[in-house]
Amino acid sequence: MFDELSEKVSGVFSKLRGRGVLSDADIKDGLREMRRVLLEADVSFQLTREFLERVEQKAAGIAAIRTVAPAQQLVKIVHDELTAMLGEKREGLVFNSVPPTVVMLVGLQGSGKTTTAAKLARRLKAEGRPTRLVAADVYRPAAIDQLETLGAQLEVPVHADRTTKDVVKIARAGIEEGRRARDRVVVLDTAGRLQIDEQMMAELVRVRDAVHPDEILLVADGMTGQDAVRIAQGFNDALGITGVILTKMDGDARGGAALSIYGATKKPIKYIGVGEKADALEEFHPERMAGRILQMGDIVSLVEKAQEAFDAAEAKKLEKKVRKEGVDLQDFLTAMKQMQKLGPLEGLLKMLPGVNAKMLKQVNSDPKRMKHVEAIVLSMTAQERKTPGIINGSRRARIAKGAGRPISEVNKLLDQFREMQKMMKKATGGGRMSLPPGLMR
Amino acid sequence: MPLLRKAGDSPRRSLWQRIKDVALADVTVLARGGVKAGSIERLEEILLEADFGVPVTLRLVDEVKRLATRGDVKTEAEFLKALQSLVAGSLRAGKSDTALVMSGQPPTVIVVIGVNGAGKTTFIGKLSARLRREGKKVMVVAADTFRAGAIDQLRVWAERTGAEFIGGQPGGDPASVAFDAIDAATSRGMDVVIVDTAGRLHTSDSLMDELRKVVRVITRRRPDAPHETLLVLDGTIGQNAVAQARTFSAAVPISGLVVTKVDGTAKGGIVVAVHEAIDAPVKFLGTGEQAGDLEAFDADAFAREVLEG
Ligand SMILES: Nc1nc2c(ncn2[C@@H]2O[C@H](COP(=O)(O)OP(=O)(O)OP(=O)(O)O)[C@@H](O)[C@H]2O)c(=O)[nH]1
Ligand SMILES: Nc1nc2c(ncn2[C@@H]2O[C@H](COP(=O)(O)OP(=O)(O)O)[C@@H](O)[C@H]2O)c(=O)[nH]1
Ligand SMILES: [Mg+2]
Ligand SMILES: [Mg+2]
Repeated sequence: MFDELSEKVSGVFSKLRGRGVLSDADIKDGLREMRRVLLEADVSFQLTREFLERVEQKAAGIAAIRTVAPAQQLVKIVHDELTAMLGEKREGLVFNSVPPTVVMLVGLQGSGKTTTAAKLARRLKAEGRPTRLVAADVYRPAAIDQLETLGAQLEVPVHADRTTKDVVKIARAGIEEGRRARDRVVVLDTAGRLQIDEQMMAELVRVRDAVHPDEILLVADGMTGQDAVRIAQGFNDALGITGVILTKMDGDARGGAALSIYGATKKPIKYIGVGEKADALEEFHPERMAGRILQMGDIVSLVEKAQEAFDAAEAKKLEKKVRKEGVDLQDFLTAMKQMQKLGPLEGLLKMLPGVNAKMLKQVNSDPKRMKHVEAIVLSMTAQERKTPGIINGSRRARIAKGAGRPISEVNKLLDQFREMQKMMKKATGGGRMSLPPGLMR
Repeated sequence: MPLLRKAGDSPRRSLWQRIKDVALADVTVLARGGVKAGSIERLEEILLEADFGVPVTLRLVDEVKRLATRGDVKTEAEFLKALQSLVAGSLRAGKSDTALVMSGQPPTVIVVIGVNGAGKTTFIGKLSARLRREGKKVMVVAADTFRAGAIDQLRVWAERTGAEFIGGQPGGDPASVAFDAIDAATSRGMDVVIVDTAGRLHTSDSLMDELRKVVRVITRRRPDAPHETLLVLDGTIGQNAVAQARTFSAAVPISGLVVTKVDGTAKGGIVVAVHEAIDAPVKFLGTGEQAGDLEAFDADAFAREVLEG
């Protein structure tokens, strides 16, 4: 999701990383490139400027003092600033001690409110919090049908009333119904509206004042451009939002809107939507996201995600191994197989340090390609998988024959793997996960 | 020319107002050939904030700079006009016919595609309303069998606009819905058939394959169809629009663009880059949620709106 951004940022800093001394000119170059990167990622112009000013101030000292690893320090400054720009720490939903907790979703047309309402209901229900959905969009054709269909799929009750256009009445009745049914949470799905549409914004204010939601979450499209600031400000000024959910982050939009919206409102991004299905809702982790932007990879995410499929012990082993030794072809294959189980390949691969968007495109999530990769790796001996360096021409021919794939495909796989190792070496060598040099291959 | 944004609902400051504030203090300096770095930087800022994107912004700024140093731009009015005609000129370069292609042999087949929530179904409702007003017999086809409520949504639009409606089953095969619809439209003597597709992100290979298949079966049924494949872009979208447009147009040839939600505060500057990336004309603008909120695209009016509006 932030992969293009991280690809570019890491491109800038890989140039700087290797060097022992940074000149002012180096820093200026790096910052100028960063500016372009952030703008192309849809980070608001104003925020980009502020960000670079802060980084520049902090970086000034580095050039002057001959520190041990100035480039690494610059990377750290950028990483810390990016994290701060995304909200420092993750924040979940806040629940009222007197149920039901009322969550109101607001946002522009088509931003993903209805889908997100269903996703939240699914998650809350799984957490043991019975949840009710309330169809408070009385404008969009079939909006009520959409929510009812989703509710039925998830076996979550939906309150709807087709006899009225009075959304305050609908919201009140839905919450009352939830109270009587002892629901823990009631989620209000509202109609999309422009933040400059005074009449429609007034409607939301009326609903807010009538039912006092515990959470008012702005659902915003993760692909939004420079307008993100105005949108977020508009909704926040009118309603006082309590948080944000960013949707459509399963695409390759660079996601600068995340930075803009948090910058404009200082309201935490609580979740991100990563697909159309009801389970495609993830917690937002600012520090991970910043790490991702800097392409330091994210062992923690990798391990957590893997735990859903691996058992914990195996995951621990993998974590330890990845930290200590990097990955070999066997891990590559294991990861890939797990990924088939986990669904989208990109999701997991991206979390391996150094894996970037370009490599993902090569590996591709095509199940047929995956089969071929698997066949090739399985045709190798254990020794070859551990130390691919020994795979010479005749071994390649044997592997290709065994896998029933052309030699060129074997070569390509080995190239990709080498590339990945190289990137990992860079990523881990430059960041917080410094490895004993002897252990790096 | 109708305004893109309804009167009264736009508290935003005119882009041009801001250009004047920040840059035109220096217009006399510009005119004398002494381009002051600061003012050009501010012009750059304003274009970037309108989502024109880095490459297009740099190009536009360079061209204005060149005009100014040559002395072709001297007054405030000239400065504005130069910028407007550069924007409009970019949109008129290459393919720029905004008229819908109508087949000599009905029905004309129009396929509407785009990412999730861009405004495809609503656009179809509006286009249907417009074609009905012209007295055409229109059929709308719900080939979005994925999103909950999508079929009902289009059915409502069909009823509102007096179009015939064909819809598949939720979860059904979108390509076979489209296939059947072409036959039905032909036998019922339709003038135009508009196919709604599910929203999809361009990064999903399988969904892009599905889209390819929809178009393929239409072509199999009628070798000259689809006559129009329109990509709908949300006007609030940022730089990702270019990647979207490239990937969609690599999957199925795109004959035109539709930009929606321009009644909001976003400027939609990215359409210039999108137009340049895939050489497809912008054909319509969506200006609201009602059936009448559709404007034929006009490059000059757009350039005026984006800078002055
Ligand atoms: N303000 C405004 N809203 C619009 C415009 N066009 C569409 N919308 C709204 O945007 C939302 C999404 O529109 P849809 O037509 O359902 O979009 P879609 O692309 O078909 O969405 P999916 O099928 O879910 O991918 C709806 O709430 C529409 O009412 C427009 O020009 N202006
Ligand atoms: N790919 C993707 N699509 C999403 C996501 N969230 C919502 N959508 C889609 O975006 C479109 C608009 O969503 P909807 O919930 O109807 O938006 P609303 O108008 O704000 O209620 C639908 O096609 C959804 O399937 C997401 O995280 N990823
Ligand atoms: Mg909705
Ligand atoms: Mg639709």
